[in-house]
Amino acid sequence: MDTAYLIETVIKVVVILLIFSALAGIGTYFERKVLAFMQRRLGPMYVGPYGLLQVAADGVKLFTKEDIIPTNVVGRIFKIAPVITAATAFMAAAAIPFLPSFTLFGYEVHPIVADINIGILYILGIMGVGLYGPLLGGMASANKFSLLSAARGAAVFISYEVVTGLSILAPIMMVGSLSLVDFNNYQIENGWIIFNMYGVGFVAFILFWIAAFAETGRTPFHLIANDHEIIDGFGTEYSGMRWGLFFIGEYANMFFISFVIPLLFLGGYGDGSFLGALALLGKVAFFFFFFLWTRAAWPDVRPDQLMWLCWKVLMPVAVINVVIAGFLMMF
Amino acid sequence: MNNEQFNNRNVSEDGYFQVEIKDYPTTGWDKFKRVVQRTFRIELFVGLWVVLREMIVFNKHTISYPEEKMPIGPRYRAVHEMKRLWESDAERCIGCGLCEKICISNCIRIDTKIDENSRKEVSEYTINLGRCIFCGYCAEVCPELAITHGGEYENASDQREHFLLYEDMLTPIDKMKAGAQLEFEGFGAITPHEDERVKKTPLAY
Ligand code: SF4
Ligand code: SF4
Repeated sequence: MDTAYLIETVIKVVVILLIFSALAGIGTYFERKVLAFMQRRLGPMYVGPYGLLQVAADGVKLFTKEDIIPTNVVGRIFKIAPVITAATAFMAAAAIPFLPSFTLFGYEVHPIVADINIGILYILGIMGVGLYGPLLGGMASANKFSLLSAARGAAVFISYEVVTGLSILAPIMMVGSLSLVDFNNYQIENGWIIFNMYGVGFVAFILFWIAAFAETGRTPFHLIANDHEIIDGFGTEYSGMRWGLFFIGEYANMFFISFVIPLLFLGGYGDGSFLGALALLGKVAFFFFFFLWTRAAWPDVRPDQLMWLCWKVLMPVAVINVVIAGFLMMF
Repeated sequence: MNNEQFNNRNVSEDGYFQVEIKDYPTTGWDKFKRVVQRTFRIELFVGLWVVLREMIVFNKHTISYPEEKMPIGPRYRAVHEMKRLWESDAERCIGCGLCEKICISNCIRIDTKIDENSRKEVSEYTINLGRCIFCGYCAEVCPELAITHGGEYENASDQREHFLLYEDMLTPIDKMKAGAQLEFEGFGAITPHEDERVKKTPLAY
């Protein structure tokens, strides 16, 4: 491991951290604006032009607010839980190729921190670890709403995680590799995966997309921290920057999932041209927008409905999908 | 305006309609059919389209409150005003104390004294807005149309007792001179066209 490689990796890590922390903040601004427009309101308008600096105002508020550790909580776990959520969200980003490689000052840059050969497995695994944030935070909070939310989190987690894993099995069988870079190269030659194998890819795409909503806890499956039932769930007892970390983790997760979906199913960044990179960003923007869009349009489901959906509908469909993919590849 | 639409209470004729709700499926096959139907009817996308359309049309229905304000009705019961006579610009209040008597939250306090012309004059008059419920009884009971409600509703205060003084409520004299005093149309006001309904007092007793 030479020094240049080390420096390059450190720079990449810092850049990704900075960009996606900022994006998480701007994401909240877009969420408010999009929701407001869809509900025929204006959204934030007073801090900065068109409310653009609202993010900064929120940041100032979160950073300067008192960090309250309530009595009866399990102090150490209570303090570490938000860090788990935020840290795992960013750790998952290590295996995501954000852009095609490009040349900067005669030096070839690969915008991926580590192209490990178990890429997608690593990403899903780390995102799964992220669930310990809500789970531990909720259980350590000494608050019944938080406890309910932690219980829901655990129940939901085992449901959707099965679907996530099974749904990407078919694409993995097609590509024969777990690295997202290999996924991208496969799709350059064989076309986008959602159009491959007579609809098998498309079904896998839909299943993964649905599971992504559960993974990030967005609206149709926003039941771990459902404001109108259990206040803020695991976040009820948190204040200031600790709560902010949960928030950053959630939004960073949304962005990363929005990267993973097009990389897996929609051709990724294509052949590495500038146009391909733009197309990838466009796809990411669409998936992120879709998260906000559904929040304005769709109602939430109950936990039992989500589990019913995952176990009785999506999992059988995913299994059948994998079997069909196997047969198609055999003959 | 005719009141027909408000007086017609028989709404079942034209207002209500029966929502069709099917019985819940009991057998497994029926349940399965319902799931398949719901999955492939694209109702979710109808919802998506509705909100997207609202976003594109961009016909917002809110107002930017501190800069814009909703027009309020002339009968709106907000912070009180004390009116002056049109003829002499003198204060209308005769210090009868009826408003203090009727106020159901006991928030008006009035004190009077005899002035140099041997006339009754209001020396103290306060309304505790922290207790006032803006019921309008004071405006209704006032025989002189002196105390009325006004249109000022931005009366936030940093304390619970917020007193409104007589001088603050009274129409300023320069505004009165300019003829800009507005009569209150709500509680206690004279009904329109009252002049035509007044009968001459028979003098020949
Ligand atoms: S509006 Fe009602 S509560 Fe308020 S001062 Fe008049 S009588 Fe009293
Ligand atoms: S405001 Fe009206 S009711 Fe009250 S004391 Fe004056 S004249 Fe009488």
